[in-house]
Amino acid sequence: MPQAPFVVIGAGQAGLQVCDSLRKLGYTGKLILIGDESHPPYQRPPLSKKFLSGDVEADRLLFRPASYYDKLDIELRLGQSVRRIDRSANELECEDGSRLPYAKLALTTGARVRLLPCPGAEQPNVHYVRDLDDSEQLRSALAAGHRLAVIGGGFIGLEVAAMARGLGKEVVLLEALDRLMARAVSPEVSAYFANLHRAHGVDLRLGCSVREIVPGDGGLQLRGDSGTLAEADLLVVGIGVVPNTELAAEAGLECRGGIVVDIHAATSDPDIVAAGDCTMHFNGYLGREVRLESVQNAVDQARTAAATMVGQAERYIQVPWFWSDQYNVKLQMAGIGMPFDVSVTRGHQADDAFSLFYFRAGKLVGADSINRPIDHMACRKLLAQGTMLTPEEAASEDADLMQLARAG
Amino acid sequence: MPKVIYRQPDGSENAVDVPEGWSLMEAAIQNDVSGIVAECGGGCACATCHVYVDDADLVRLPPVSAMEGDMLECTAAERRTGSRLSCQIKMTAALDGLTVEIPDSQT
Repeated sequence: MPQAPFVVIGAGQAGLQVCDSLRKLGYTGKLILIGDESHPPYQRPPLSKKFLSGDVEADRLLFRPASYYDKLDIELRLGQSVRRIDRSANELECEDGSRLPYAKLALTTGARVRLLPCPGAEQPNVHYVRDLDDSEQLRSALAAGHRLAVIGGGFIGLEVAAMARGLGKEVVLLEALDRLMARAVSPEVSAYFANLHRAHGVDLRLGCSVREIVPGDGGLQLRGDSGTLAEADLLVVGIGVVPNTELAAEAGLECRGGIVVDIHAATSDPDIVAAGDCTMHFNGYLGREVRLESVQNAVDQARTAAATMVGQAERYIQVPWFWSDQYNVKLQMAGIGMPFDVSVTRGHQADDAFSLFYFRAGKLVGADSINRPIDHMACRKLLAQGTMLTPEEAASEDADLMQLARAG
Repeated sequence: MPKVIYRQPDGSENAVDVPEGWSLMEAAIQNDVSGIVAECGGGCACATCHVYVDDADLVRLPPVSAMEGDMLECTAAERRTGSRLSCQIKMTAALDGLTVEIPDSQT
């Protein structure tokens, strides 16, 4: 009897990377990648950026051409989902009732958007941005409407707001907390971006919670505790994501705000690994458990997961990094800077090119760079090597950080 | 359609038809040219789509932006005069026949 295939559930960036790495590591057996969307694996970051603005079309978002899957002998099963993992039999129960055995299984199920919990949120002109279909719908709705409301001042909401301003739309953005991107960046960086969006004409309201959405004058009315907050033709909600852990949890795998995996991306079942947004993982670099939503985590953790599937004990120890594009500003984040006890600025806010370097107990823990890619890349290197950097060096333009990083 | 030739470190070459407006990084990825990693998907944020353009061809290319110039300081392989990020080079008819060499490492 031939060996059962390796199966990957979830055809996003992490799922594709698992398959690609498996082939690079020399796995020659049958390999199946299952995805519930109808599209072959594609890049998500442009969905709130260049794709939304119409600068690129869907075909250019695909990670790989169709020939790639043939060449690497990866069987793509698109538009299909898995109902259940039968761990005792090492089999999957597919949506159509068929059963699929697996020798090793990778869960790269990603995350789904958190739905707006207030009354009236289920309306046709309320949009989310997670997959290509969402973004396509939003693109056409944006073409038809003029007044856009955005709920959520995180990366997605801010990127959409910036794009919409670029298209000449009227934009109001409501954030429940008192600052933007509060989970990811320091108050100083939040304030810079609040000014940036206001300077670009966004009506930005912080500390503003929407309680109800009602159909209004040709569109929507967003209401708060003390009445109408805003009127809009369409609404985009970007209030975070929820990891897709159901399959794992129902199969009895440990889940704690994510599918729990160790430094090898292994779950509690020796035949099952998990990678990407869906995992609560032991992050070798941070030295603690964390769930990360990023390209970096999807790619790097997937490589480790693939290694584990073929029996190699690779460890996932990578410096987290993220980026966001808003207007002509590139924000790049290295490490996890929050919480910090000392921060220093390198460069000048007035030039729209500066970085904040964060220190905890005297050690560099991260940096947010605004139009300063060298600082970002240097910080990643410094963090990866554990090179000591003083706040004074970080703040001084006389100190060449890339040189310090290269000297290691 | 204009063509670009991707030369691997071992000297082997792929000639690829590149639609105008596409970046040389995208064309490489869509044609499965190895050695272009493009971790960030073309955001000029990762320096993993580094290529070397022949010196004689540099005049045909648009200049290096400040952002690209900074990222080129961060490439894994050494920066040379012909260093570019392939995500930042958009295809035009004028670039037909351009050869780019892929460095031996991107990360």
